[in-house]
Amino acid sequence: MKTKEENTNNVTSIQNIINVKGLHLSFGKNNEVLKGINFQVNKGENLVVLGKSGSGKSVMIKCLVGLDKADKGELFVLGKDITKLNYEQLNIIRLRIGFLFQNAALYDSMSVKENLMFPLKRHSKSITTNEIDKYLIQTLKDVGLEESIDKMPSELSGGMRKRIGLARTLILKPEIILYDEPTTGLDPISSREISQLILSIQKKNKTTSVIITHDLACAKLTADRIIILRDGVVFMEGRYDELEKSNDEWFNSFFGIIKE
Amino acid sequence: MTTNLKDVFNNTTNVTIFTFRFWDEVFKPPFEIKEFIKQCYLLGYKALPLVAITGFIMGLVLTIQSRPTMAKFGAEAWLPGMVALSMIKEVAPIITALICAGKISSGIGAELGSMKVTEQIDAMEVSAINPFKYLVVTRILATTVMIPILVVFADCIGIIGGFTGMNIHTDVTLFRYLHKILESLNFIDIVPATIKTFFFGFFIGMIGCYKGFTASNGTESVGRAANSAVVAASLAIFIIDMIAVQLTDLYASL
Repeated sequence: MKTKEENTNNVTSIQNIINVKGLHLSFGKNNEVLKGINFQVNKGENLVVLGKSGSGKSVMIKCLVGLDKADKGELFVLGKDITKLNYEQLNIIRLRIGFLFQNAALYDSMSVKENLMFPLKRHSKSITTNEIDKYLIQTLKDVGLEESIDKMPSELSGGMRKRIGLARTLILKPEIILYDEPTTGLDPISSREISQLILSIQKKNKTTSVIITHDLACAKLTADRIIILRDGVVFMEGRYDELEKSNDEWFNSFFGIIKE
Repeated sequence: MTTNLKDVFNNTTNVTIFTFRFWDEVFKPPFEIKEFIKQCYLLGYKALPLVAITGFIMGLVLTIQSRPTMAKFGAEAWLPGMVALSMIKEVAPIITALICAGKISSGIGAELGSMKVTEQIDAMEVSAINPFKYLVVTRILATTVMIPILVVFADCIGIIGGFTGMNIHTDVTLFRYLHKILESLNFIDIVPATIKTFFFGFFIGMIGCYKGFTASNGTESVGRAANSAVVAASLAIFIIDMIAVQLTDLYASL
């Protein structure tokens, strides 16, 4: 297990696909959620972010795609400080990042096919209808739901929605995928399937992932490295087996509770 | 009191920023033509039956209610003209706009509010799709174009309703009825009444979109967005109507 500073020094900047330095964000006067977060994510790495509710995990991940604006700090994603980009420049970076929302955020008024085609058609103007259809089927096969192509989101179970959400994320071939609590609200079997899907996607597409979760089984299965947020800062980081051996009282109680 | 006043100023500022953003985005490509046509169909075409029924009943009721009074003064022959003028200048625009405020503005408020709460708008944003352009601009343009069409449609149906009302007690041919209407109508009666409906349409769309797009997170806010969209849009319709009447009156007196 390494301290924050050791880790910062050990990772070369070339490898860092995400590099967050001194990220501060507050909502209102007395509600500082992020109080100077520092971390890096290397190319091809799966970083899991753990922390209690309200510790700023979701806010932090939203900052990485510019959905929430940082008050202070530097946020290098794919070599660009996204805090300094204008809307058009930010959108170019966003095309290289996928985001799986907690409840999948499928467009209710569109079928599964339309959900997947919507970003694809907009950003791949030269692609033919045949190519789109082939690509859609392939992406749905990757998440194991090719038979659901004509279904509406309301006809899908929670696990299926997550898979379709993931398929929509994959459709633009992102280099980074951000997962906001991918297994929340799912039964243990579906949770495991989603976790395995995250791993298989990372292997197949060589993507870099940041996974926010409360699910230790998911963290254990998917994490190359884990960071733990506490009170708006990175409190600990290391591999799962390293963290398990920690003697920190707060951490053990937190880890113990979520293990149960 | 101070908090209420602060809220009023905050809301006014936010609505102004929202409106400026609409005018900024509306002329910038890419233009969402397909979505605009889809919204015209959903917001305009789908409201036709409701507008038709209301327009017909208003024309019919106006004729039946006015006939005895007009008959007392021996002015029954003026009834078609009076009904047509009332329908075109005031009744059809206001009633159609209020119906659309209830149906369309609240619908937009609830739809966008629910999209906001379920992070669908954020999902569009992270896919590098401009949700303001795709969701807001198209809807506001659709209501701005479709409400005047709906009002003209309500005018026509209302006049047919008036014809039906006339024929309950007297026997008038459609040709004679329409001839009497055209005799009473002037250019100044039709144009300002139609121009104001574009403003009705713009504000119905704008308020619905603003309420929905700025809904805070939580399911409760979806209902609140829909409800407050109806209230604000209805109030806006009356205020615009009052201004339009004053301006028309001023122009007519020149």
